[in-house]
Amino acid sequence: MNMFLRSVSAEFAKIFTTRLWWILAIVLFCYIGLLAGGLAALFAGIQTGVISPDAVNTGGGAVSFGSLPPLVYSFASSVGYVFPVLIGALATTGEFRHQTLTPTFLATPRRGLVLGAKTVTLVLVGAGFGVVALTASVGIGGGVLSAFGVDALLLDSETWLLVARTLLAMGLWAAIGVGLGVLVPNQVASIVIVLAFTQFVEPLLRLAASFLEVTAKIGNFLPGAASDALVGASVFTMASPAGTAPLGWWQGGFVLLGYAVAATVIGYAVSWKKDVT
Amino acid sequence: MPTGAVIEFRSISKRFGGVAAVNDLSFTVEPGRVTGFLGPNGAGKTTSLRILLGLVAASSGTATFGGVRYRDLPHPLKTVGAALEAASFHPGRTARSHLGVYAIAAGLPRTRVMEVLTQVGLAAHAAQRVGGYSLGMRQRLGLAYALLGDPGVLVLDEPINGLDPEGIRWIRGFLRDMAAEGRTVLVSSHLLSEVQQSVDDVVIIARGELVHLGPLSSLDTDAAPLTIVDSPDRENLKAALTAAGIAFSIGRTGLLAATGDPALLGHLAFAAGVELSVLHRQKAGLEDSFLALVGGGHTL
Repeated sequence: MNMFLRSVSAEFAKIFTTRLWWILAIVLFCYIGLLAGGLAALFAGIQTGVISPDAVNTGGGAVSFGSLPPLVYSFASSVGYVFPVLIGALATTGEFRHQTLTPTFLATPRRGLVLGAKTVTLVLVGAGFGVVALTASVGIGGGVLSAFGVDALLLDSETWLLVARTLLAMGLWAAIGVGLGVLVPNQVASIVIVLAFTQFVEPLLRLAASFLEVTAKIGNFLPGAASDALVGASVFTMASPAGTAPLGWWQGGFVLLGYAVAATVIGYAVSWKKDVT
Repeated sequence: MPTGAVIEFRSISKRFGGVAAVNDLSFTVEPGRVTGFLGPNGAGKTTSLRILLGLVAASSGTATFGGVRYRDLPHPLKTVGAALEAASFHPGRTARSHLGVYAIAAGLPRTRVMEVLTQVGLAAHAAQRVGGYSLGMRQRLGLAYALLGDPGVLVLDEPINGLDPEGIRWIRGFLRDMAAEGRTVLVSSHLLSEVQQSVDDVVIIARGELVHLGPLSSLDTDAAPLTIVDSPDRENLKAALTAAGIAFSIGRTGLLAATGDPALLGHLAFAAGVELSVLHRQKAGLEDSFLALVGGGHTL
């Protein structure tokens, strides 16, 4: 086995020999299951008239959210994306925090190769989190939709393309996490940045950007917006007032990839290749 | 049996900002011997070892194993085993999975993990999370990591720190055995007394510079020999010494005579009819020579 594959295998062993991965996976499943199930019930209830439109004060008349299944299923990434970012950032900053860079670089002195192996590993782990999140959003969300008599579109090829694009997005988010981890090796600072940016700063920026056409176009390049464009559906794009078209799915993918590559390359220079003391 | 390679430091310098941590350091370490790398805290030992292992970039100079830099070794863990500090672990990992990760990375058989844990006496704690380990157990785990690839060269930074007396005795024998098998063993310490029973050669640095290099016995210098002598009849002994022109001072256990020749004092006392109660040569301690070399003003 060559050195790169050995490194990838060692990086997998690092992830699966600590408890973090399954704790995050369980929280992810419960969080997305609750959101997708709950909101599927709410939307489907309104759309099918089980819940009175007056009760949600929409000015009366029938309300349409477009096709419900993609919206519900996309919670896996539109809300769940913070989890792959977190595990990517924690897997990387943990090496600095616990000084495990020393045994790592002693076993594999090629540092660029180690970082590449870590990125490949985390992309796959991120996609694995995608499977967990989709199991929750499609399984629970789709189940609830069916219960309300809404077609869950499980036999529709569009649904499965959305699933595939979601897996890709989750993998790329984990790579962004690795990049952030080398860019900001301090674990606490890294976690604060992840949570503040994904839960607060970016949603606000996207909302603010969406009011003008010019800023909306720039706002499309925010990582969360790019991710939603890649997946093709999101509760956030549904909520935006201006009618600017989002990026195409492949453009969104390249924007996400760009963030991951930029953060990783800069991080390699500012922390990864520096003296390990 | 793995054979040791010669470790060579050639004009290594390292500056952190404007401060020189290591300055033009050159020495070689031979296989089949235990070499003590000594100096007070802050002398630059750890920095030098990290440069040797490719973890820290030297400002100038090269450090090699048999002429090859660490990062260019085809099988680093099979060539060099290193134990640096006692805290390079994820506390949530067990000892077995900690070593397993690096066995995979280095392409070593997984059976080595339990072998080295047994070798360092941690087999019973293999499934325990490292977070609950004592300092001594962490030292042993660090050593187990160094042994993982059955390397011909061992580089150990302060391996005795934190060990209990039984552990200290164990590691002394261990170092001797490793050298006897033909391996190169480089052990750093800030205390000569910690390693003097196990080392053959010493490399001493202070303030980032080499101050002494040679076999341990080269520290056994006797610039001002002293012999302790005493008698129930001390006044007559003093008179005899004075008459023979031998300077002396009064010490706690007797007179400290300025000569390295106890036989001469015995003869003088016999000739003067003075009974002797004490007569022995006082060895200048290795520690004294060491302290003189590194500058006694340093806190050790």
